[in-house]
Amino acid sequence: MMSSGTVTVQLDKPYETFKLESEPPMTAEVTRDELLGYYSLMYRMRRMEISADTLYKAKHVKGFCHLYDGQEAICVGMEAGATWGDSVITSYRDHAWQLSRGDTVTGVLCELLGKQGGCAKGKGGSMHMYKADANFYGGNGIVGSQAPLGAGIAFAHKFAGDGCCSFALYGDGAANQGQLFEALNMAALLQLPLVYVCENNQYGMGTSKKRSSANDDYYTRGGYVPGIKCDGMNVLSVRECTKFLKKHAVEVGPIVVEFDTYRYHGHSMSDPGITYRNRDEVSQVRAARDPVDRAKRYCIDTELVTEAEIKEIDKEVKAEVAAAVEAAKAAPPPEQSELWTDVHVGQSKDFFMRGPDISTSSGVYGTNR
Amino acid sequence: MLSSLPRRAARQLRGVAAPSLRGAARPLSTAPSDAPEEEPETKKLTMVAAINDALRIALKTDESAVVFGEDVAFGGVFRCTMGLRDEFGEERVLNMPINEQGLVGFGIGLAAVGSTAIAEVQFADYIFPAMDQICNEAAKFRYRSGAEFDCGGLTIRAPAQAVGHGGHYHSQSPEAYFAHTPGLKVVYPRDAYTAKGLLLSCIRDRNPCLFFEPKILYRSSVCDVPTGDYMLPLGEAEVLSPGEHITCVAWGAQVHTMARACERAAAEGVSCEVIDLQTIAPWDMHTIRDSVQKTGRLLVTHEAPLTAGFGAEVAAAIQDACFDHLEAPIARVCGADTPFPLAFEKLYLPDELKIYDAIMRTVQY
Ligand SMILES: Cc1ncc(C[n+]2csc(CCOP(=O)(O)OP(=O)(O)O)c2C)c(N)n1
Ligand SMILES: [Mg+2]
Repeated sequence: MMSSGTVTVQLDKPYETFKLESEPPMTAEVTRDELLGYYSLMYRMRRMEISADTLYKAKHVKGFCHLYDGQEAICVGMEAGATWGDSVITSYRDHAWQLSRGDTVTGVLCELLGKQGGCAKGKGGSMHMYKADANFYGGNGIVGSQAPLGAGIAFAHKFAGDGCCSFALYGDGAANQGQLFEALNMAALLQLPLVYVCENNQYGMGTSKKRSSANDDYYTRGGYVPGIKCDGMNVLSVRECTKFLKKHAVEVGPIVVEFDTYRYHGHSMSDPGITYRNRDEVSQVRAARDPVDRAKRYCIDTELVTEAEIKEIDKEVKAEVAAAVEAAKAAPPPEQSELWTDVHVGQSKDFFMRGPDISTSSGVYGTNR
Repeated sequence: MLSSLPRRAARQLRGVAAPSLRGAARPLSTAPSDAPEEEPETKKLTMVAAINDALRIALKTDESAVVFGEDVAFGGVFRCTMGLRDEFGEERVLNMPINEQGLVGFGIGLAAVGSTAIAEVQFADYIFPAMDQICNEAAKFRYRSGAEFDCGGLTIRAPAQAVGHGGHYHSQSPEAYFAHTPGLKVVYPRDAYTAKGLLLSCIRDRNPCLFFEPKILYRSSVCDVPTGDYMLPLGEAEVLSPGEHITCVAWGAQVHTMARACERAAAEGVSCEVIDLQTIAPWDMHTIRDSVQKTGRLLVTHEAPLTAGFGAEVAAAIQDACFDHLEAPIARVCGADTPFPLAFEKLYLPDELKIYDAIMRTVQY
């Protein structure tokens, strides 16, 4: 067994700041347990997304499916720098967040497959992961729509005086939706404990950031709201930055962060992801900046974790994900009555009768509600 | 060039006369095989190719025409704008950032100057961020300015309706929201042939038009499409097959589902008059009225939820116009009053069996 004390490590890339007088440190202190935790969670996310890819290709996934591989350091680093008391709201690229907020791989895959046991009872699918007991306000399918919600959630934190903040995530493409600017203005006026998190993965569907954004320094686009750009491929950079962001949000007011990252998969499973960028670009990022690999190197370089231990984790994670895949496949689909439940609260019993009138039919539907 | 084109000249340009094909009753998804001698040259096309063709013709025949939307320079998600950027240049085929409200407003401004603005909203489900621009600005521009201004050159295309796995945000049929806003035209093609002709009509029509493309038909609808320039009339329903016992009305992809139900009913000796409404607003009340006065029964079916769906308007207007002729209550077979579901698409949708069942109940009433 190696050292179990605290080790100080260097971060890779300097931050860039906008309208800020201070910035997060360029070093981070880590313990063995922390590193093991970050690595194994990131690797779990990676395997989960790879299994989602396989499940989708085997036609087990209903609906659209957007994967997070390449971006794991953001989710895991933010979680390490914040608490579940802090709220998170994000886009449809939400599988990893659901896992980090306490769901299981089986739970995420069940939702993905439209099965009972998913967080939305299989009614939402890939884009709709939610975890109310951990303040995860979930996946939002409409680009940019979560931005003003993040402000409302932040106001509730301020009102409650709970010392927590709201993190509202969006992409480099979503950064161009007008709602974000409306929300930034409200947040600044109300001095909300709000962090706008731009996950800049360089593309919004097939459009590169240069083609979609007149100013692609997203951390400066709040104008009157300060901002910071951070290496989104290094879990410890993200963690240190998040601590700084939360402190600023709670003590001063809204702030924008741009995490520089990359998505390995195409936009969604129906996009091969190679018509608007080339394979070389993807493999270069994989080789030089892979976030899971970076976390692993911290483990080894600090000598806090051995190669053998990493191998052991990898083995366990693979087995866990494989078992989750089987469990999700075997899980039952939702009850048919789920079609017409949760539309309103206190729905009248004949609610569904306003749709196709099954009960009076001659029985051709094979259902006897 | 676009920038130097005076407003008036642009307006005239858009008036270019293209032959108007009046569809004589013809079988679903085939070219007008019984058309007169000067039968136009046709080609087998998918709906995607037919739409692409219509856009190409629009850009060719009207030098003020501009196509814009998210990723359209690369063909768009469904490849409807494939190749247009190369052919017409980046000044006329523009990529837009993800900002539907902004891009529709941009189109209204462009059209107000007299240009032809052809916007693509990536999915009909994403048209809602632009609701204000469409309903408050585009729809009322002419009225509120006493016809001093209008944005008649604006057409908004958006893929709509179910695909089998689209879930909440890739499946909706939002026609009723827009039909409720006077000043807009709302159009749905049912196949490649009607897509090309109706789209060209929308583009050239002097009112802001919403053109909803049933995405399930993009590649599955293949038919003989005239290679040249033609338009199909807006505001006119098409009787696809005449019948005696019941009038059945649908639009978009639902026309095919309904036609299958009608065939099933025909096997039971029920003769259905199959009508594609085509234009939802302003809708062709006369054709439906004439038909119901003959058959005495009406069924309307759409994928959108039942309550306040456009079928409600059709039913109310027809019971008023045909009260003395009706032999049975008007049947509506629609989507359920739930969000468009991911897990229960089959249960939600007004499928062939549900329609067949309603036809039989209506004729046996
Ligand atoms: C209002 C709206 N417009 C369009 C879409 C279709 N769409 C889904 S994701 C996406 C790209 C978003 O890119 P970005 O914000 O960079 O996020 P990323 O997918 O890279 O995580 C688009 C255009 C949508 N879901 N909602
Ligand atoms: Mg992006």
